[in-house]
Amino acid sequence: MTTSTTFASSTLLPDTRQPLLSRRGWLGFALALLLICALVPALNLLTPSSSPLHLSDYAVALVGKIMCYAICALAMDLIWGFAGILSLGHGLFFALGGYVMGMYLMRQIGSDGQYQSALPDFMVFLDWKTLPWTWTFSDSFPATLALIVLVPGAVAGVFGYFAFRSRIKGVYFSIITQALTYAAMLLFFRNETGFGGNNGFTDFKRILGLAIATPAMRMTLFVLTGLALLGFYLLALWLTRSKFGRVLQAVRDAESRLMFCGYSPLPYKLTIWTLSAVMCGIAGALYVPQVGIINPSEMNVANSIEIAVWAAVGGRGTLLGPIAGAFLVNGAKSWLTVSAPEFWLYFLGALFIAVTLFLPQGLAGLFNKVFARKQES
Amino acid sequence: MTPDLMEQGLQRLQKKAPPAAEQSSGDRSAGYSRVHEPGSLDLSHGRILYLEEVCVSFDGFRAINKLSLDIAPGELRCIIGPNGAGKTTMMDIITGKTRPDSGQVFFGSTIDLLRHSEAEIASMGLCRKFQKPTVFEALSVFENLELCLSGPRGVAADLWHRLSGQQRDRLAEVLELIQLSEERHRPAGLLSHGQKQWLEIGMLLIQDPKLLLLDEPVAGMTDQETERTAELFLTLKGKHTLIVVEHDMGFVGRIAEKVTVLCEGSVLAEGSLAQVQADERVIEVYLGR
Repeated sequence: MTTSTTFASSTLLPDTRQPLLSRRGWLGFALALLLICALVPALNLLTPSSSPLHLSDYAVALVGKIMCYAICALAMDLIWGFAGILSLGHGLFFALGGYVMGMYLMRQIGSDGQYQSALPDFMVFLDWKTLPWTWTFSDSFPATLALIVLVPGAVAGVFGYFAFRSRIKGVYFSIITQALTYAAMLLFFRNETGFGGNNGFTDFKRILGLAIATPAMRMTLFVLTGLALLGFYLLALWLTRSKFGRVLQAVRDAESRLMFCGYSPLPYKLTIWTLSAVMCGIAGALYVPQVGIINPSEMNVANSIEIAVWAAVGGRGTLLGPIAGAFLVNGAKSWLTVSAPEFWLYFLGALFIAVTLFLPQGLAGLFNKVFARKQES
Repeated sequence: MTPDLMEQGLQRLQKKAPPAAEQSSGDRSAGYSRVHEPGSLDLSHGRILYLEEVCVSFDGFRAINKLSLDIAPGELRCIIGPNGAGKTTMMDIITGKTRPDSGQVFFGSTIDLLRHSEAEIASMGLCRKFQKPTVFEALSVFENLELCLSGPRGVAADLWHRLSGQQRDRLAEVLELIQLSEERHRPAGLLSHGQKQWLEIGMLLIQDPKLLLLDEPVAGMTDQETERTAELFLTLKGKHTLIVVEHDMGFVGRIAEKVTVLCEGSVLAEGSLAQVQADERVIEVYLGR
């Protein structure tokens, strides 16, 4: 083998591009779709509550909530697992989406509140006469939908532009995002800001003029959340399989090399960062009508860290992993905080240690290892 | 000027000619015989890279001291020098990573490199290989090369990106050249050290670079790998301009026609390896030790 013969070859390399999902993958996807859109509604709404097959309202509410968290975990995975940028401020974007939705829901209460005023109760309580300018579009549902995307997107876009342009990386970036969400929390805690202070928004009555606390509405929100999760999964799959996704991984592995290949990392990082924030915002907007409350504690630093934990437990850099991680950690949390509340924090701590020590690639890594071993034998 | 050269010049001029309306408003661009498109590499003066009186200091330490260097197109220039001579800093300046305190750096006769960012310089065809092999470890060999293919860069372009048959041929060609065809689906992180070095060279070659900067390309390679690398460089000579910084004298002797010795941030001697090795000052600072 010498290098002198090398320019002769012109064999076409075979096209190795893979479809988005394998046949089995699509089958699994269709099953998940069926489960969310048909099976869960049927088991919850159509079966009598005495039947063993009946799915309780509590379970539906819980799974609906966890699916919102799973969207956040997926968003975190895109930015952390693929682009290598650890954000400890994703709770902020989640809360911003939630607040936009909450403002709309507050306006939907109309004059049915405690004080029977057109203004939200907390404003009457503060003796305010008019709505602050921030509430201008809150009575329009289409505007609310737009703002759910635009507000987190704009905040993330502006912050990301300056952070990435200044080449802030690694732990510095993480700390700044943490400070950002903490500062926002302090801001939202204040009554003067006009977002309900430490109580936030609650006591919602209607959405689009329909009562919010009915089984049918609860199921509608559940199905919408499920569809959003599945849709975002496909979007994330498509993004990460494209050349764009490979550039992101190159940013993670060797950013300076990438720059010398003629890429400017800024637009790539900014795009995935903003998209990730928007995903969290949408998850927050779906979360608020399901749990019926939004307050500044959602911007707590610990909440943002938890999002990173779900992604790490599930497996960074895989897409199904973080979704599974969100389900596992939150499922364990709701089970343990009910059955053994004093052990929950110990469990969480043990989980951190176990994942860092034994499962550096999370659940997905474990699954792949077991699967590979099975195929060998 | 031969007729076909004149023909080519005319075509370039027509391509660049502004619309008639603009011309009538009295623009003052002079009609020199040499047609030059802004941004393109002008090699008509027989040099592709030109450094003059470049100085850099870090916290008072003069890393580069009045360094002047001249590289002709198609040349394979080796740069040697003791540790701390400023070899890597010189590469940093050329690629835009470090800004000099004073001096000039020109790519061709017209492009002032000091006015451009790293990414811009890279996209002009001035590519650099780092001392430590840096490849995208999670991606396969094929994907590593694919990312470096020249072509439009940008988020939108990359989202819808698909390889053309021509690009596949080019990838196959480079894979063959760096002898990694068999390994193309392996993650780059699993390659041996020498293979990573070749992959990185391949990643530069696939960008059709005008000028290649290679920082210790054979460091850590086995003798056999070094020999193959030397062969590779000799095939590249003439097609590409190469600047190689290397410590391995056997390797330098194998590939070099012209050697520059750097010492304390400036050029100490220049010439063939034999000439340089005979130079007393060089022996004193470097070879004799």
